[in-house]
Amino acid sequence: MRYLPLTHADRSAMLSAIGVDSIDDLYQDVPDEVRLAEPPDLPHHKGEMEVEGILRGLADKSVSPASVPTFIGAGAYRHHIPATVDHLIQRSEFLTAYTPYQPEISQGTLQALFEFQTQVALITGMDVANASMYDGATSCAEAALMACRITRRDKIVMAGSVHPHYREVTETTVKFTDLTVTASPADADGAEDLLALVDDDTACVVVQNPSFFGHIADLRPLAEACHAKKALLIVVVTEVVSLGAVMSPGAMGADIVVGEGQSIGVPASFGGPYVGLLATRDKYVRQLPGRLCGETVDQDGKRGFVLTLSAREQHIRREKATSNICTNAGLCSLAFTIHMALLGGKGFKQLAQLNHARAVQLSDRLAGVGGVDVVNASFFNEFTVRLSKPAAEVVEALAARNILAGVPVSRLLPDAGLDDLMLVAATELNSEQDIDALSGGLAEVLS
Amino acid sequence: MMNKQGRPTQPAAGDGSAPATTYTGNRGLDMEEPLLFEMGQDETTGVDLPDAPETASKLGGLERNGDIGLPGVSEPRVLRHFVRLSRNNYAIDSGLYPLGSCTMKHNPRLNEKTARLPGLGDLHPMQPTSTVQGALELMDSLAHWLKTMTGMPAVALSPGAGAHGELCGLMAIRAAHDAAGSSRSRVLVPESAHGTNPATAAMCGYSVDAIAADDRGRVDLKAFEAKLDDDVAGIMLTNPNTCGLFENDVVRIADALHEAGGYFYCDGANFNAIMGRVRPGDLGVDAMHLNLHKTFSTPHGGGGPGSGPVVFSEALAPFAPVPYVVHGENGFELVEAEGDDGQTFGRLKGFHGQMGMFIRALTYMLSHGADGLRQAAEDSVLSANYILARVQDVMSPAFDGPCMHECLIDDTFLADTGVTTLDFAKAMIDEGYHPMTMYFPLVVHGAMLIEPTESESKESLDLFADTLRFLTEKAKQGDTARFEQAPMLAPRRRLDETAAARKPKLRWRPPEPARAAE
Repeated sequence: MRYLPLTHADRSAMLSAIGVDSIDDLYQDVPDEVRLAEPPDLPHHKGEMEVEGILRGLADKSVSPASVPTFIGAGAYRHHIPATVDHLIQRSEFLTAYTPYQPEISQGTLQALFEFQTQVALITGMDVANASMYDGATSCAEAALMACRITRRDKIVMAGSVHPHYREVTETTVKFTDLTVTASPADADGAEDLLALVDDDTACVVVQNPSFFGHIADLRPLAEACHAKKALLIVVVTEVVSLGAVMSPGAMGADIVVGEGQSIGVPASFGGPYVGLLATRDKYVRQLPGRLCGETVDQDGKRGFVLTLSAREQHIRREKATSNICTNAGLCSLAFTIHMALLGGKGFKQLAQLNHARAVQLSDRLAGVGGVDVVNASFFNEFTVRLSKPAAEVVEALAARNILAGVPVSRLLPDAGLDDLMLVAATELNSEQDIDALSGGLAEVLS
Repeated sequence: MMNKQGRPTQPAAGDGSAPATTYTGNRGLDMEEPLLFEMGQDETTGVDLPDAPETASKLGGLERNGDIGLPGVSEPRVLRHFVRLSRNNYAIDSGLYPLGSCTMKHNPRLNEKTARLPGLGDLHPMQPTSTVQGALELMDSLAHWLKTMTGMPAVALSPGAGAHGELCGLMAIRAAHDAAGSSRSRVLVPESAHGTNPATAAMCGYSVDAIAADDRGRVDLKAFEAKLDDDVAGIMLTNPNTCGLFENDVVRIADALHEAGGYFYCDGANFNAIMGRVRPGDLGVDAMHLNLHKTFSTPHGGGGPGSGPVVFSEALAPFAPVPYVVHGENGFELVEAEGDDGQTFGRLKGFHGQMGMFIRALTYMLSHGADGLRQAAEDSVLSANYILARVQDVMSPAFDGPCMHECLIDDTFLADTGVTTLDFAKAMIDEGYHPMTMYFPLVVHGAMLIEPTESESKESLDLFADTLRFLTEKAKQGDTARFEQAPMLAPRRRLDETAAARKPKLRWRPPEPARAAE
């Protein structure tokens, strides 16, 4: 087996040095009745060529979005990733390091995390961010828990603008606690009265901007209403590229910002691994869950970085910890940091403009297709269309024509009575030919 | 000797010294690198994007105006920045990484290649399932491997890491009790458990009742039995445990627990030691997470992403989270929500789990095969016991008898030397090693937990053991400077963690004059 360096002779010599006759002697604590004489009934080892062939066979059974016009979003977005990003995250020293518990020999990871935290704080318009969470949905749940700790209240209010997975994960996370989630019905038209969501028991209001359906809202009045009731405003951003064009949640008065950072540097990868963003105000930093990297100096006075404020975490606090989470999305946060470094402020804004312009072109075209109504007055790079036929059927029919058209809302909200709605997203990867293909395909399928 | 240009053909004999300071602050290949925010200029960018077509704005009048504050850096400079940073990291690819309970094994690059294949790595999670049959088949294959290796009938793939898997397992236990109308309030957790265990139990509304360890480093069976009653929802037991020992009473513990109506959550962080030799299903386990990033070699990536699938017994399987893959009439289907008759406790993560890690883990398992996985487990156990055998006469093993894939040493051997476990670990850095896990588990004083993994050759293990012996000898000889001042040869000396926590500086901010000008 090519990954195992020990030879038979090595193993014999090592057993002798230990003073036992066979490897079985080292498993002497395993009760006899549960020892396996043979490995479980699964295939034996294979060479690299053979394994690669099997995986290629699996890959060939799916439709790569790069090979067909693709307009699928709904919380994960297809963007171009510069070659530099993937090269750098495959450097051994980043790829095969562990959590930076020994800071003297982990400054590479730590400085990159410090840069990541700074980038996230800047784009969200907040003071401080943690070193990342599993994904946007888990970040949302953690933000809600955090708000409950800060306000010492137990009612989490979720607007109808929030991605259904984010709502479901938050509901699951608090399911066995004393906290409650009050969720509004899905807000497909972007017409929900947000101010009505806040009352005196509310720990936090969670809204998404742009919303799950694509609408962009001015959240400043909601922020004021929340603060008047001493509740916190949590703003979710599932398409982080939007922050290059849309007023930041921080500027609108958010107390906590939750994001899915996948769009910057991380491939769609069928849903994971992604990188959850979590940013807040300085005054709440000691209630932030997850890892935090901070600046300090070493014995010689040189600047260096360490994981810090670990008194919040489970290896110290155990059952009183702010969260049970002990990993971040390390390598994905690094990919984010590198891609964002390449973009810079200028490139990030350009990328956002390009995404928005493509989506505007798409909406203009689709609005002219019979049987399609564009629901949104405002959007960033994704919007909702109302179709004259059930969206799930339309998506299947277009997939059969090699067009990945969008996401039927019914897939994520099966019981909401929104079967005629479809989310469509455009990014810098969509060409005008792609837009022609979708509008042409929709015209055929809906006729 | 001079050559024709008058240059010496041989360097002058060295005196072993290096200059105290250099002009740049660099020391040869050891580079000082500023923060991204301390370089670049606004007009620069490392990407060339096409111009956006002229369109109306539909942002609802909520445009972002003003400078975001992100520096503009060219592509070559970005590349150099991160290459320089990377050189300050220790990594499994550069040396033995004996970090106990973390399983820092070889990360094959084939796994990286397959994870990037078009049709796997670039699939969108919301594509119609008719267009992602290969991905669903891959998830189904991985599930089959995990279920067969553990002898368990069901698996939830979606948890994002080990601690998330613990949450998944405990939630299923809570849901099962709730469904049975059984209201229980306590979860038993051994003192030696990972810190995430009690944190997880608390998130499921349970109070934690700690069980003492006996003098053999295992759960004290009598203490366990004394605590067992109909208020106990379950136990969270790591096996092999965090002392690197197999809980030899595990079957009795499981039987007694089941008799009392509780469920057995096994923390599978240490499955590497027993894969292919013991099936947790045969031990009476009801739920166990597997760290794909430990046992099945998906890279740790400097702290993530992880992946923590949870295998379930028949009793808990109905409560598993969504989504999951099933065999349908038209191939594989993805169940993303259950109807009113479903018993799932819900959804733990956006979309379908850490697919990129599933691809890598399946590639790893196919490469090893069942025989290779068993051999890997045996080699990991053999290597840990070999280290123990090589050092036990000079260091102080915490417990007698063979260990599993990691060996635990306490700080008795450092008594009266003035050298602490921390000092000893830092001295290992100067020898070119990442230290072992220190001060964990908490049940042993000054713990050093050493996990060499199956990836090391005998020569590598011998050099490591020789180094431990050398340092032990130096400590006992009173060479305390070597330890107290360590590390002296790393990119940084010891860092002031107290200052970092007292006045947290968690992001870069512009220098004061620049801020005043904003």
